[in-house]
Amino acid sequence: MTLGTLWLLIDVVFWVGFFVLEGFDFGVGILHSFVSKNDVERRICVNTIGPVWDGNEVWLIVAGAVIFAAFPLWYASMFSALYLALVVLLLALIVRGVAFEYTRKVDDERWQGAFRWGLTISSALIPLLIGVGLGDLLHGLPLNGAHQYTGNFFGLLTPFGLMSGVTMLALSVLMGADYLALKTDGELHARAAKLSVRAAWVCAVIVWGFVTWAHLGLGKGFVPNVAEVVALLGVVAAALFASAGSEGWAFTAATVGVAGTVATFFAEMYPKVMVSTNPANSVTVANSASPSYTLKVMTVVALVFFPVVLVYQTWTYVVFRRRLSGPRLSANAPAVDPAPSAQG
Amino acid sequence: MAEDLARWQFAITSIYHFLFVPITIGLAFLVALLQTSWYRHEDPVKLRLTKFFGVLLLINVAIGVVTGLVQEFEFGMNWSKYSQEVGNIFGGPLAMEGLLAFFLESTFLGVWIFGWGRLSKRVHLACIWAVSAATMLSAAFIMAANSWMQHPVGYSTNPVTGQHQLTDIFALFTNPVFVWSYVHVLLASLVTATLVMLAASAWQLRKRGNEAFVATARLAIVVLVPAIILSLFVGSELGVIEGKYQPMKIAAAEAQWNTCASHCSFSLFQIGGGSNDQTPTQIIQIPSLLSILGTNSINGTIEGLNQLQAQDVATYGPGNYIPNVFIQYWSMRIMAYLAMLILALSVWGAWLAHRRRLAQSKVFLWVATWAVVLPFLVNTAGWMLAENGRQPWIVQNLMLTKNGVTPRVSSLEVWISIIAFVGIFAVMGLVDAFLMIKFSRRALEDTSETNELDHVEDGDLPELVY
Repeated sequence: MTLGTLWLLIDVVFWVGFFVLEGFDFGVGILHSFVSKNDVERRICVNTIGPVWDGNEVWLIVAGAVIFAAFPLWYASMFSALYLALVVLLLALIVRGVAFEYTRKVDDERWQGAFRWGLTISSALIPLLIGVGLGDLLHGLPLNGAHQYTGNFFGLLTPFGLMSGVTMLALSVLMGADYLALKTDGELHARAAKLSVRAAWVCAVIVWGFVTWAHLGLGKGFVPNVAEVVALLGVVAAALFASAGSEGWAFTAATVGVAGTVATFFAEMYPKVMVSTNPANSVTVANSASPSYTLKVMTVVALVFFPVVLVYQTWTYVVFRRRLSGPRLSANAPAVDPAPSAQG
Repeated sequence: MAEDLARWQFAITSIYHFLFVPITIGLAFLVALLQTSWYRHEDPVKLRLTKFFGVLLLINVAIGVVTGLVQEFEFGMNWSKYSQEVGNIFGGPLAMEGLLAFFLESTFLGVWIFGWGRLSKRVHLACIWAVSAATMLSAAFIMAANSWMQHPVGYSTNPVTGQHQLTDIFALFTNPVFVWSYVHVLLASLVTATLVMLAASAWQLRKRGNEAFVATARLAIVVLVPAIILSLFVGSELGVIEGKYQPMKIAAAEAQWNTCASHCSFSLFQIGGGSNDQTPTQIIQIPSLLSILGTNSINGTIEGLNQLQAQDVATYGPGNYIPNVFIQYWSMRIMAYLAMLILALSVWGAWLAHRRRLAQSKVFLWVATWAVVLPFLVNTAGWMLAENGRQPWIVQNLMLTKNGVTPRVSSLEVWISIIAFVGIFAVMGLVDAFLMIKFSRRALEDTSETNELDHVEDGDLPELVY
């Protein structure tokens, strides 16, 4: 295996980590406006991901930074091609990033409503847009000899790209529902658990459509690859486990389904990383990888520090492992008293 | 056109980003100090103060993080040729920043916010120190990357393909420009955050008469005095080092059009002196000061812009290699003069603190509240001096800015993104300022009614913070 391929694998690990971890917190961000019956329940939802969402988002940043350092040409071609889509993505990331901290800082319904819907909409837009982007890489975009995109914004809305976006959005909702089922109690838990079954079956259909299109539709032959099989089995298993009430296993299976789906993009492209409609101009591992010295330095850094990151991030999930149920307001939050009206 | 727009966009977004970054770096450190004081002495007032300034920290971190994301994306979106050609060098520190610093900061910040009462006091204290260390580590990687643009080291250029490639990662972290500018940025961050802490404390003392804030005003002054003095010294030394590698930057900062052999004087002000005006009227000249500032020697030679231009044309071919002199001249002076004002304020504060009259001097408290605008002007001027002074290069003497832009992105697309970012930054800036002021003015008693935090009750519920 070349160093370039190794770094593609490492980058896929970051993309998978990102979609698994932020997948559920995007899902919670979307669902908190819909599964909750009152303000306290909404707060419970948001607080299930409160301690971890920021650390989860770093997976996206590192996934991007790894492309910058390890595959500069890929980074340059992809980010300039997806230009306006990335502007929208950044706006969504900005709104979402401040919404957590700012929503409860002012005791005013309009203020809180604005940030609540900001969180909801941005949580849906981000996986949708990144899904479209990844789908476009695999589907292929018109690139010139310098690997520069020659189309416009609307050229990014390829049918397969849109399908990919919908797939990542749906999987995020599924992860969110599974996560809420794991982390809440009482009626909220019952609603989330019910939703997680339905979401899993809907996802199973969507993922089936996605992998079929990715493989058969894009002309990759009849026998699916491992990633696609894993993706489909994972989501189906998530549905079955959720129906049986095994929430831990349902969440785990959904994780596997997401991992398979994300891996599908890269497995179908390999050794390309950004397909061009003119095959000669595609960006590949070989033509975009950094010289070996850079990759060696990064390999050493990753080998030493990535395990440390995994250890302390895992520790945070252990610290905050309990289910959330009752209202207990923090001293950090401004005085908002949700208790009386919310006890129904 | 697209190049100019891309430059405007990067200037706007990075200046905006750096309004929040120094508060985060400095305030994380100060909050960690406050929490350590509470941990040691168990004084409940210290706990409230920790939480009071902790909220200000969190309000800023949120917006600092998201504006940083814009930067990372912009390299690929607007500067794709730059990214493609030097990504294997410049991208390395950015990837390391994510892996080593950003994970650490974000993860432990989340644990710190939600960990009150759930973690032992010692572990919880360790979390805020981890956050503080991570913010400083993060700045190290970013400054290593930026310093490489100011003074590229540790790379070689392939004679056949013309590609630049990394050959020595350690050179990026021993780069003299990095060492001095990194320390300069850390000190500037401490100056910024202490002035924020001092302003909030001064307002509380003046309007609410809450003597608890004497402690934070004193803490701010104790950190501010050495930070501003060292910052002036380090900044001056950085000027000498940059003068060696980037003589244009320093010559333009003094509007020195023709070489001055020794005992060069420094002008306090000048009239005229636009980018092409070679004979501005200089007012109040201090003899020999420029030689000392630029070279550490009274006999030092300051090369003139015209001579440097001729040398650069001979070396790099035809072109204009002189940065915008007007911006250089005035950003240098705004930075230095306002820093002197901060120094004066800090000495005044130190004297009052020594006489134990901080809470009584209404004039000082009023001035200290308004002084909060100074560090932001100083920081912005400092970055304009550093970045404008590198022009027309994106990497000094290696790659021109105009050769770094994305070839196929249209002016329309860059306009759309500028409008989008400026729009959302304006809204978020107002929201941030509103929240900072609101939470700086709230009563200390509102921060925490309970002192449940010293003992972890088993089986209790995690708190609803958000």
